[in-house]
Amino acid sequence: MENINKELKVSALENGTVLDHIPAENVYKALDILGLKGISNQITIGINLNSKLFGKKGIIKIADRFFEDDELNRLALIAPHATVNIIRNFQVVEKKKLVMPERIEGLAKCMNPKCITNHQPVKTKFTVIGEGDKISLLCHYCEKISDIKSVF
Amino acid sequence: MSKSLISIQDFSKEEILHVLETAKEFEKNRTQDILAGKVIACIFFEPSTRTRLSFETAVNRLGAKVIGFSDASNTSVSKGETLKDTIKMVSNYVDLIIMRHPLEGSSRYASEVSSVPVINAGDGANQHPSQTLLDLYSIMQTQGRLDHLKINMVGDLKYGRTTHSLLQAMSHFSPEFVFTAPEELKMPVEYKDFLKKKGIRYTETTSLEDHLNDCDILYMTRVQQERFTDPMEYERVKDVYRLEASMLGNVKENMKILHPLPRVSEIDQDVDDTPYAYYFKQAENGLYVRMAIISYLMGYR
Ligand SMILES: [Zn+2]
Repeated sequence: MENINKELKVSALENGTVLDHIPAENVYKALDILGLKGISNQITIGINLNSKLFGKKGIIKIADRFFEDDELNRLALIAPHATVNIIRNFQVVEKKKLVMPERIEGLAKCMNPKCITNHQPVKTKFTVIGEGDKISLLCHYCEKISDIKSVF
Repeated sequence: MSKSLISIQDFSKEEILHVLETAKEFEKNRTQDILAGKVIACIFFEPSTRTRLSFETAVNRLGAKVIGFSDASNTSVSKGETLKDTIKMVSNYVDLIIMRHPLEGSSRYASEVSSVPVINAGDGANQHPSQTLLDLYSIMQTQGRLDHLKINMVGDLKYGRTTHSLLQAMSHFSPEFVFTAPEELKMPVEYKDFLKKKGIRYTETTSLEDHLNDCDILYMTRVQQERFTDPMEYERVKDVYRLEASMLGNVKENMKILHPLPRVSEIDQDVDDTPYAYYFKQAENGLYVRMAIISYLMGYR
């Protein structure tokens, strides 16, 4: 009986946010981007789950945590097809699709070793360019383009 | 925030033309005390004698005073002071900052923390917009116009920032380009994509002889060793082009040869005496263009 209860605790979420359809290899990056490392909320992570659409997918469930759209949209950089489910009282009350942000600040690192942001305490700023699965970042400072895969 | 000049794309087409027209005035009369009583900082975190002398002469000819340093090794910067703190301090003293720094993006950052305008006199391999404006001025003065010219860029088109900035600036004026470079140093794809989007035609070749006779401007560049990470690659390409007077027999009458200087071996000395050589006058033009940039950013022209 106790075992069954534990299982339920893991799979069902009373209140919180479920992020689904994250590429399996980017689940840890997603935790980083959303600033979830080190917080005390209960977080359930699934990796390499089978998905009809994406092959292997990842899923993250965060209890008692709701996000601003701006925070969530950052996730589009590494998981453009992710979906967001807002759960209240065990019910999905809202589903959201991510919108690719136009600019991001203080998030990625510039891949140019000679960029000022890699030598002085300067917050990085990028313009997001490209579309679909080919996303890159134009550094506001050194004006070099970093591939999204090399900065996260 | 006051207007700064960090990248050539900070200036609209109208601003570019305004600065070039102002430079013409300064060429006619190069001693004008319009900035008497002002103080301008020339802070060079890496040495560049040529650029610094040109800017400092421009400041002096406008009647302002110069403070600054020509090398960061004896300053508080070498003791670990951040760029932010240096700029905050200097911008409280002066009316304008002219800076050169080895790190890319440093000038953009400085312009964000400074209370006065900043002119980027070179940030690593990134931007050097006063060079681009003096190139445009030289093109305008030799051709009588900027529109519909055929520009042949030669040499290191991969790492050479002057060619990239000139390409962006000229894109306002319906040009046609020829890119003459060895395979290793071809114009990067992002700049070619930029031209395609703007509907600007370009041709690529590896041979210097191919387009000498049909261009209006021959823009020669030096292969800069410090831009290479692979020394073998540098050895392969360093002497790839050498322009000699004997190759200029059938060029267009109005054709002019530009070069950002210093040159190494890419232009033979015997070219200097031909009517096509313009690179020394081009360097002189830098003075008038820098006078124009400074007086524009300070609101005096
Ligand atoms: Zn950068």
